[in-house]
Amino acid sequence: MRIFASLRIAGRALRRNKMRSLLTMLGIIIGVGAVIGSVSLTSGATKQVEDQVSSLGESVITVFSGNFTSGAMRGGWGSAPTLTVEDTKAIAGIKNVVAVSPEVRDREQVLANGLNWNTQVMGESPDYPQIRNWSIASGTMFSDQDVRSLAKSAVIGKTVVDQLFPNENPIGQTIRIRNLPFLIIGVLAPKGFNLFGQDQDDVVVVPYTSHMHRITTRTFVNDILVEAANDTAIDSVQNDITDLLLTRHRSKEQDFTVRNQLELMQAVTATSRAMGFLLAGVAAVSLVVGGIGIMNIMLVSVTERTREIGIRMAVGARAADILVQFLIEAVTLSAIGGSIGILGGMTFSWLIAHFRHWPTVTPFGWIVIAFVSSAVIGVISGFYPAWKASKLDPIDALRYE
Amino acid sequence: MQTNHVIKLEEVHKTYHTGEVDVHAVRGVSLEIGAGEFVAIMGSSGSGKSTLMNMIGALDRPTGGHYWLDGIDISTLSRDALAEIRNEKIGFIFQGFNLLSRTSAHENVEMPMLYNHQRIAAHEQHERAAHALELVGLGERADHHPNQLSGGQQQRVAIARALVNRPALLLADEPTGNLDSQTSIEIMGVFQKLNDQGITIIMVTHELDIARYTKRMVILRDGKIVTDETVADRLNAEQELAKLKQAQKAVQLA
Repeated sequence: MRIFASLRIAGRALRRNKMRSLLTMLGIIIGVGAVIGSVSLTSGATKQVEDQVSSLGESVITVFSGNFTSGAMRGGWGSAPTLTVEDTKAIAGIKNVVAVSPEVRDREQVLANGLNWNTQVMGESPDYPQIRNWSIASGTMFSDQDVRSLAKSAVIGKTVVDQLFPNENPIGQTIRIRNLPFLIIGVLAPKGFNLFGQDQDDVVVVPYTSHMHRITTRTFVNDILVEAANDTAIDSVQNDITDLLLTRHRSKEQDFTVRNQLELMQAVTATSRAMGFLLAGVAAVSLVVGGIGIMNIMLVSVTERTREIGIRMAVGARAADILVQFLIEAVTLSAIGGSIGILGGMTFSWLIAHFRHWPTVTPFGWIVIAFVSSAVIGVISGFYPAWKASKLDPIDALRYE
Repeated sequence: MQTNHVIKLEEVHKTYHTGEVDVHAVRGVSLEIGAGEFVAIMGSSGSGKSTLMNMIGALDRPTGGHYWLDGIDISTLSRDALAEIRNEKIGFIFQGFNLLSRTSAHENVEMPMLYNHQRIAAHEQHERAAHALELVGLGERADHHPNQLSGGQQQRVAIARALVNRPALLLADEPTGNLDSQTSIEIMGVFQKLNDQGITIIMVTHELDIARYTKRMVILRDGKIVTDETVADRLNAEQELAKLKQAQKAVQLA
C-alpha cells in the first residue's frame, strides 16, 4: 500500500476525533516540550559558562606554584613559592607558546583623587591583555621597556575607575599604591564577573617587576599564565611545561600544577549537565506516559473500527496493510504531537530568554532527537494495537456491531 | 485445470470446532458455476449459505474438499494469498453496504485499488473509480459521503467498489436486505445489466421474489444442496419497475 494513501487515511481517521487526537497528543506534546525547554535552558547556561571561560582566554594554561608541606601539615596549591620569573622566561621558549605572563597578586589599599579603595593589584607582563582576551578601552598597556625599567605605570579596571574617578578621565592621573605614585596609562574594557562571582574589573595591573620590587619584595611569582597557539596545541604545551619545570626545579615531586581552561570549563559545566540529565529524565518519563496514552487510544480505535478493518480485509487488504495503516496512524499522532511539543518548547525558551533574560539555546541536534524519539514512541506504542488489528479475522470483523 | 468454470466446488465441507460440539455447517457441496452465470443461493438461516458464501468469497477456507476459483485451488492458500484473491478476483457487496463513513463515494470506490498487488497510478485509480460510479449511474454524486446518499445509492456505490478491480466474480450477500421493494428492483436491474455485460454474479438471498431476477437458483438445507435449477419465470427488472410505477400512478389518480 502506498505511504501517501496511508497518510491520508491516517489523517482522516485522526480528524474524525479531533478532540481525542489532541488529548492523546498532549502527553507527547508535554514530554517533548519539556525536553526541548529543559535542554534549551541548560544548554543556554552551559553556553554562558563556556563564553565566560573563553573570556578568560581559550587556549590559556595556568601554572600554579606548588603546595607547601611542613611536617604533617600540607598547605594548598600555591602555598609554597616555587615559580620564578626565570621559569616564565624558559616557558616562553617552548614551541607553540605565543604569550606568557608571570603573575603576582596582592590586595592593596590604593589612593587617588582624594579617595581610597581596596583592590587587587596584579603584576603582569605586557602580554596580559592578549592572554586574557582583554582589550584596553582607552590609553595603552605598559611596554616591555616599562617592565625592564620597573616603571611606575598602571592600567586599571572599570570598577576602580568608578570608585576613584567617578566623573573624571583617569588617564594621566596618579594612583598611589603603598604611597608610591603610579601613572595611569590605560583603562581596561569592562569584563564583568567571572565564574566564581569575582568582579574582574576591580583590578590595578602594573608591570610584574614593579610589583615584585617596588610594591612588595618577593622573588617568586604566584602563577604563570601561558597562551598556546591553538586549542589542539594545549596538551603538548602542557606536557612540555611540566617536563621543563621538573628539570628546572630538579625535584622528584612535582612542586607545581598545570591547569588549562578546558578542564575548568568541564568542571563548571558538569553541574549544569547533571541538571540537564535530571530534567531530561523527567521529560522522558512524561514521554513514556504519552506513549501509553497513544497505545490506549489506538486500542480503542481498533475496537471502534473493527468493521472498517473487516471491509478493508474483504476487498483485499493483507494483514501487513492493516498493520501499516494503524502504525502510521500512531506515528502520525506522536510525530504531530512531537512537532507541536518542539514548537512549544522553543516558544517557552524564547519567552524565558525574552522576559527573564536567561540565556537559552535550542540545539538543532536535540530538535532532531526529540522528533525522532516521538516518532519511535509512536511505533512502539502503536505496534501492539496495530498487530491486534491485523490479526482480526475478516469474517468476525465484518460481523462486528 | 478447470478454466471453463469460474467456480468449481468439489465435496466442500466446513466444520466449526466450538468447544466439544463440532458444527457441520457445510457438508459436501459440489457446485460448478460458469462464466456469465447469475446465481442465487437460497436457504433459511442455519442452512449453511453464509458459510458457503464466505468460502466462495475466499474469506474462509473449507475444512474438506476443494475449491477452484478462476482455475486456482484456493482451499490451501495462506491468509495473505487469500487477501490477494479477494482483491483481484472477487467483488463484494454486503447487506449493510459496508461503506466507509465520512469518506466520499469516490474514495470508497478507490479503496480496493489501494491494496492491489500491482500498483495503479493515482490518475488511473481516479479514472477507474469514476468509470465504475458512472456504470452504476452515480457519476455526479462521487463527492457525496454515504450519509448524504439514500440506501439504494449507497448500495450502488458498494457495487461500483466491487467492480473497480474488474473481478471475475461479483459476490452479493443479501444485497437487497436493507432496501425497500422499489429500490431492490432497481438494484436487481443494475445486476441484470452487469450480467448482460458478461459479469458472473452470485448472490445470497432469502427472498424468492429477488431470486427470480437471477438465472439459476441453488437452495441449501442443512449444509447440502437440495435444489439446483434454472429460473423458469425470470423477471426483468426494467419491466417490473415500469409496472410498479404504473401502479403507483394509478394509486395517485384514484
